[in-house]
Amino acid sequence: MSKPTDLVQGTLDLLILKVIALEPMHGWAIAQRIRQISGDVLQVGQGALYPALHKLEQNAWITSDWKMSDNNRRAKYYTLTKAGRKVLDQESVQWERLAAAISLVVRAV
Amino acid sequence: MRLPGIVKLRLRSLLSRGAVEQELEEELNYHLERLTEDNIAAGMEPIEARSAALRALSGLEQRKEECRDMRGFNLIDHSMQDLRFTFRQLRKNPGFTATAIAMIALGLCASVAIFAFVDAALIKPLPFKDPNRLADVTEKIPLFPRANLSYADYLDWKAQNHVFSSLEVYSNRGYILNTPWGSEHADGVRVSDGFFRTLGVSPILGRNFYRGEDLNGAPHTVILSYSAWRDRFGARKEAIGKTVALNGVAHTIVGVLPRDFQFALTGPVEFWTTIHPSGDCDLRRSCHSLNGVGRLKDGVSIRTALADMTSIAHQLEVMYPGSNLGQGASVMPLSEAIVGSVRPILLVLLSGAGLLLLIATANVASLLLVRSENRRREMAVRGALGASRSRLVRQFATEGIVLVMIGSALGLASAWAAIRVLILLVPQQMQAGMPFLQNLDLNVRVCVFAAAISFLSALLFSLTPTARLSLSDVRDGMAEGSRGSAGNTWRRLGSKLVVLELATAMVLLVGAGLLGKSLYHLLQVNTGIKPDHLATLQVMAPQDGYPTDQQQVTLAREVTRRAANLPGVESAGVASRIALSGDGDTDWIRFVGRPYNGEHNEVNERDVSSGYFTALGASLLRGRYFDDAEDGSKPRVVIINQALAAKYFPNEDPIGKQFGDDGLNPKTIRTIVGIVNDIREGALDSQIWPTEYIPFNQSPDSSFGLVVRTSQDEASLLPTLAATLRGIDRRIATRFAMTMNDRLNTATDLQRSSAWIVGGFAALALLLSVVGLYGVVAYSVSRRTREIGVRMALGAHRNGVCRLILKETGWLAALGIVIGLVCSVAAATLMRKLLFGVQSWDLATLAAVAVILGAAALLAGYLPARRAASVNPMEALRAE
Repeated sequence: MSKPTDLVQGTLDLLILKVIALEPMHGWAIAQRIRQISGDVLQVGQGALYPALHKLEQNAWITSDWKMSDNNRRAKYYTLTKAGRKVLDQESVQWERLAAAISLVVRAV
Repeated sequence: MRLPGIVKLRLRSLLSRGAVEQELEEELNYHLERLTEDNIAAGMEPIEARSAALRALSGLEQRKEECRDMRGFNLIDHSMQDLRFTFRQLRKNPGFTATAIAMIALGLCASVAIFAFVDAALIKPLPFKDPNRLADVTEKIPLFPRANLSYADYLDWKAQNHVFSSLEVYSNRGYILNTPWGSEHADGVRVSDGFFRTLGVSPILGRNFYRGEDLNGAPHTVILSYSAWRDRFGARKEAIGKTVALNGVAHTIVGVLPRDFQFALTGPVEFWTTIHPSGDCDLRRSCHSLNGVGRLKDGVSIRTALADMTSIAHQLEVMYPGSNLGQGASVMPLSEAIVGSVRPILLVLLSGAGLLLLIATANVASLLLVRSENRRREMAVRGALGASRSRLVRQFATEGIVLVMIGSALGLASAWAAIRVLILLVPQQMQAGMPFLQNLDLNVRVCVFAAAISFLSALLFSLTPTARLSLSDVRDGMAEGSRGSAGNTWRRLGSKLVVLELATAMVLLVGAGLLGKSLYHLLQVNTGIKPDHLATLQVMAPQDGYPTDQQQVTLAREVTRRAANLPGVESAGVASRIALSGDGDTDWIRFVGRPYNGEHNEVNERDVSSGYFTALGASLLRGRYFDDAEDGSKPRVVIINQALAAKYFPNEDPIGKQFGDDGLNPKTIRTIVGIVNDIREGALDSQIWPTEYIPFNQSPDSSFGLVVRTSQDEASLLPTLAATLRGIDRRIATRFAMTMNDRLNTATDLQRSSAWIVGGFAALALLLSVVGLYGVVAYSVSRRTREIGVRMALGAHRNGVCRLILKETGWLAALGIVIGLVCSVAAATLMRKLLFGVQSWDLATLAAVAVILGAAALLAGYLPARRAASVNPMEALRAE
């Protein structure tokens, strides 16, 4: 059984949380949004997205409900929960620190 | 989100699976459609677009599976699958399953049952307030590390010590009780006023003893045990305030003790009275009849308390050299005084059970190894078909857990039964001294112990085959599984397990052998009497009915005469204390015409009738026995035993010599008229004490032991004897009616029981380890059938093949025996306290055990060896 490994472990979670923090979204839109915002750099592995969503939902960081989508079909929309927002804040800070630290090292050498 | 929310989510995932599945399907489909639409928009054909979308998802079903994984479906699902598969597997191999479960159950049963005893005796705290602050306080003399206190010493100890917040004394006393159906004996204890307060026990009815209620001025009062209140007073509240005549003295009932109250050191007791110091003994500083129990002040250790009491005892020695010379002090935790003597034996039994458990565990582990070896191919196939390693491991773990759970359930049930059987092996007399054994059961601690064992074995049994799994690559398994070269990993590990089992079995066998030999030596101890055909009992006549010496002498004569006239009776005699009842009741003697420095020449004193020695079957070595006419009006005489003669008259003839009490009071000076052989008064495994025998008629009592020799069955004489005594006087009570052989058996019961239990463990250990050895060798033979076939095809002789296999067995057995020898000697050294007349390195035992184990091992090897030798080379080569 392959686990989602396309992105650095845990990073995908952060991206998902960040993206749906703006507004509730369905899976397809999340993938699109990540791609757009990152300027086509981050291609979310289609396979990795859904297991990650289900895990986040199981952790109660996001909740889901069915709504009509833009093309008038039923789609599962994910919303950030209070706990999810807390995690997002922590993870963002963590990520900033990590990124800053890595770039420090990369530049110095 | 809070925990309840998470739980709700998880439950939804698990319970409304249909809905969740459908949502998953719909969600992924939506994604797929959007992707397809995008692809079409990018100019692909619809069919191509869809398959490109599917590719992008890299497999719809796989993604679903991952999502399910995330939701925790799979854990449950797979566990159920594993479980079903496990049960199918276990049912398919009933032999393996039954053996494994039986071994787990056996190991658990033995260790849990023994642990229940250990828990009751050594772990469970005494049922008192702050029991670890209670101390057993007594005097100490060279002969007895724990000797009775005298009342005068007690008063001084109580007044002068700085270490006890309270110090109390108690002393057993038998009471004669008048009941509608005649006189009866009842156990009582005299205690000082604060006894129950010190223990932290309050009566459930009535009141505790007042301060000062134990002094002579106070009225006689009694507190009943719960059972006495229930059985003798119908558990009526009105019992309080009533009077009961104990030894003819009216006592007012003031209280009833709680039902669960027990004080092990006194044995079961019905009547708790107060000391009321009176009579010769209580008023004499040199008469020791009490035991002390104290509550330590906060922060005071046993060691400090001992030092304080020792210094007080020393001051008393200086102040009263006549009575207190050599009288030291002993202070130990109360629990130590109660269970100190059984601790070593319990620990030995627990170790024995532990070793048995070890063997059983090793056996099951090796069985599991064999199985995993045989299933290499299955595992390899499952691995190749995509089962993850964790999935394979989980399959084995499930098997291990299922086996352990079934085995543990059976083991626990049989432990429950075993406890009830084992309690019967505890001698009656010891049970009286260990009331905590009455409530023996599978309590929380015992169950936790059982659970811990089960958990550890489940862990072990899950990991064993797994360890094997990691040792070789899956692909190796495929390759090797196809051809029959013996699984080397398993052979190495399995052999180690078998060596461990054999060594352990050796330790148990040696332990059992040594205990058995000790028992044998104990049974061979010369008692100095002929114990067959002897009936004995204790006669108790009321003191107020027979107040004078003359009346007591007359009673004893009448008792002897009536007993001797019973049909079949050859002779009868009385004694203040019957042989084999225990050392004690001592006297300090001083020899006439010898220098004396105040030392205490402590000897057993027994007051015996003229016919006592004849009835016992003792033998006179020199001089003469007493004459029945030798009473207080005749010159005072004494008979001594060999030990006394050897100790105090090493180079002279004792006959005609004289000794008296430590003050050489003229009324106590006696002339030695005879020497009798050493009659065992006390424990079989102790030294014979110097003993003086004084004519009963010169030192009579209203209570005495009766010994009757009959030519017929002595046990059937006992009821007749009691009835005859009652015929003399209805007020006479009797107790301890037993044959002399009963007394002897009682003295060896504990050793007998422990030897039997350890022997049982050892027999099982032998069986298990030999079965284990057989398993290893037989398996190795079955794996080597091809190799053997080749050897024979190339000209190897059948005998050679047989030797080859036997050599393998021999090596394992020899290794196990050698390691076992070393461990046995070490183990036996640890239990040498329990050995009697045999050394821990007893060569005969070690050799015998090695031979037994070796022979059993060869037998275990012979069967597979013969099978190997009978292999048909053609078939072997064609096989597989």
